Amino acid sequence: MAVLLYVLLGIGVLFNGLGSIALMRFPDVYTRLHGATKCTTFGSLFTALGVIIYGFATGGAAYNTLAIHTIVALIALLITNPTGSHAIARAAYRSGVRPKQAVVDKLEERP
Amino acid sequence: MIIGSLTFFVVAACFAVFMIVSILRIGLGPTVADRVVGLDTINTLIVASMIVLGAAFDQVVFIDVAIIYALLSFVGTLYVAKYLEGGL
Repeated sequence: MAVLLYVLLGIGVLFNGLGSIALMRFPDVYTRLHGATKCTTFGSLFTALGVIIYGFATGGAAYNTLAIHTIVALIALLITNPTGSHAIARAAYRSGVRPKQAVVDKLEERP
Repeated sequence: MIIGSLTFFVVAACFAVFMIVSILRIGLGPTVADRVVGLDTINTLIVASMIVLGAAFDQVVFIDVAIIYALLSFVGTLYVAKYLEGGL
């Protein structure tokens, strides 16, 4: 059981680190948004799963409460994070930022 | 107590390092949207590290803080996006 927890927390830290590297290395708003949001959502999902399994496997009333509250926090995170990033992408396009190396821009106005 | 609390502290320290990298992006970012992306990343990392710290200290209050922080940061992100769009 301890090995499973280490693996879950390790996957979470790895993907959150990949999200931060994507935030630094990508050339554009949209690619940065893509990398950072997806990787941090996935990594936070795995760290929260690690905490949930830790709570349920330890047992007792306090730890079960901790696990159930973590499930609620995970659901809140999974609903709000992609919605917010979608709103950011839409606002970035509307405010005049264009994709840097794009070949086709299908959202562009037809003349 | 399957694994010690030191593991959770190490994970939270890694998240703090990633937050510092995101702060660099907020400082460097050429456009406003880049800075908003960095802020959104920091919000997600804060929620994740609050969950991990709740497991480290064995306190449920930290995870309640994480729930409220996730919902409020979502509202904040939506308002900043609305302002960038020009509708506010």
